[in-house]
Amino acid sequence: MSSTTQTPQELRPDRKKSRLGFDVLGLGIALVMIFPVYWLVISALRPNHEIRSYDQTLWPSSITFDNFVRAAQQPNFGTAIQSSLIVSITAVVGGMVIATLAALAIGRFRFFGRKPLLLIMILVQMLPPTAMLIPIYAQLNAMGGIDEYWGLIVVYLVSTLPFATIMIRGFVVNIPVELEESAMVDGCTRFGAFRRVIFPLLAPGLAAASIFALVNAWNEYLFAYILINDNSKYTLNVWLMTFTTERGTDYGALMAASTMIAIPVVVFFMIIQKKMAAGLTSGAVKG
Amino acid sequence: MTADTKAAGPPVPVPRDPEVTGGVQPLKDDTGLRGQKKKRKKGELLPYLLILPAIVAIAAVYLYPLSKTVIMSFQDMGRRELWTGEPAPWVGLEQFTNILGDPDFWWVTFRTVVFMAICVTLTMAIGLLVALLMRRLTTWVRLALTFALIAAWSMPLMVAASIFRFMADSDYGLINTLIAKVVGEDWLGHNWYLDPIQGFGIITLLVVWGAVPFVVVTLYAALTQVPKELEEAASLDGASGYGVYKYVTWPVIKPVFTMVATLSVIWDFNVFGQIWLLRGNKPEPEYETLGLYSYSKAFESTSFSQGTAIALITVLLLSGVAVYYLRQLMKTGEVE
Repeated sequence: MSSTTQTPQELRPDRKKSRLGFDVLGLGIALVMIFPVYWLVISALRPNHEIRSYDQTLWPSSITFDNFVRAAQQPNFGTAIQSSLIVSITAVVGGMVIATLAALAIGRFRFFGRKPLLLIMILVQMLPPTAMLIPIYAQLNAMGGIDEYWGLIVVYLVSTLPFATIMIRGFVVNIPVELEESAMVDGCTRFGAFRRVIFPLLAPGLAAASIFALVNAWNEYLFAYILINDNSKYTLNVWLMTFTTERGTDYGALMAASTMIAIPVVVFFMIIQKKMAAGLTSGAVKG
Repeated sequence: MTADTKAAGPPVPVPRDPEVTGGVQPLKDDTGLRGQKKKRKKGELLPYLLILPAIVAIAAVYLYPLSKTVIMSFQDMGRRELWTGEPAPWVGLEQFTNILGDPDFWWVTFRTVVFMAICVTLTMAIGLLVALLMRRLTTWVRLALTFALIAAWSMPLMVAASIFRFMADSDYGLINTLIAKVVGEDWLGHNWYLDPIQGFGIITLLVVWGAVPFVVVTLYAALTQVPKELEEAASLDGASGYGVYKYVTWPVIKPVFTMVATLSVIWDFNVFGQIWLLRGNKPEPEYETLGLYSYSKAFESTSFSQGTAIALITVLLLSGVAVYYLRQLMKTGEVE
């Protein structure tokens, strides 16, 4: 064997080996990251006597849906789903309408105060929650908004606004003005041009922004806990606390309930995953 | 209100969203020019009408409460004033002198800063290493890793906290079972929260686990902007692996890294939910960070003014970081 033929052959296995090392490491990290999720699902599905055991096993001896049944029988399960849906959906729909209008203004016009507004929108998102929580609680208390859906809806709606506006603006600026202008030349009103030209092009962006907003409203916990004390109006997240009593925590049911709450979020996340990546590279916040 | 580490966190959606990364590439578009043309064309009332609802809403839920926070900090609002609606008496700087004179406050601040520093360092270091690793993976491994990251990322805060609470449970926790296998039976029943340092260890795990996916996805997106030719040219010219990274890769991803790190500082400084939930809604004083301290003053001791004063101090502490973040954004042309 001559050395000339040998070198290329030796080089390639060498490269493969180094890739293999990285791949093993990558898989290891993937396992660590996904393990808590695995533990959630597997604990939801395993018999309760295995959960209430000092000897936790990584693999269940059998699969059962008992935990899900217990979770569904927990008082207020139905009303909690209802509350979460009412609050999140109303907040998202309202938020998207207002955010789209604002995004059109910021993305399509140059006007006095545009930049400060944008800065304010970015800044308010960094405020610590307690700086808002106490005055909002006091204000809603004075207005009779504690234990009412509308109080929570308003808070969720507005808290998704800055982010949604900035995100939708990114989509607005990517739609050429010429499209709108040519529609108007052809006889559309400004509103007609928006409805027939901009809106259809904006739809995917709106969908992505709504999902983000929906996930955020669905996951919110602190404000729901403080502003709603009536347990028939608890949202799902607050309802999760009812699995912990003085006698301890029913972990099996808690894991089953958590799985049910997480499933829609995971599904939505997987849907917008592509959008997120696209947003990352196409400058979703450019204007 | 700020987002917690999750894609959700409190009401605000800032979270680990892709928006941050907009800065990845200096995208040049001519919308600016078009916009200016517009300006001259029309007497502009329309944009103000369009943006009015947003301004009103933001003023009502952010700016008005913020000004209330400032006002309440100089008053003494307690339970009575809250329920009767009586005007709270003005007390000047009393709340602040009380707070700043309280050693508890300084302990809490110290704890908050140390906890934030540890979380941010771990998150950014792990995030950067995993993002760099992602480029060297075979496609299917990278997809698997992405899937795992997205799955972790998408866990609602409440759910994530429940999982970690279960895993670190003294009786039925997996962590104790696993450690007992190595160390011996007497580890079973170990309570992780008796010692705040151990307790914060679990909390840090939860926070970092929840935060890493966002950092990896964002940094990885930034890494895809690094021109392959440049890296190849550098290594052909004899740069070592580290040299290529230092002189070619790092300068490209640095702006994104800085912004993500800054956001992490803000988020981890404001960590609330994770501690709150792991401690069963009633964190012991040793577990209080500034947010929880403010909360417990307001809602447990029903001294709302003390709570707002602490929140205001937090806002002031963070404002420096926020300004730095905004300057970074401006530099990358994000706010145009």
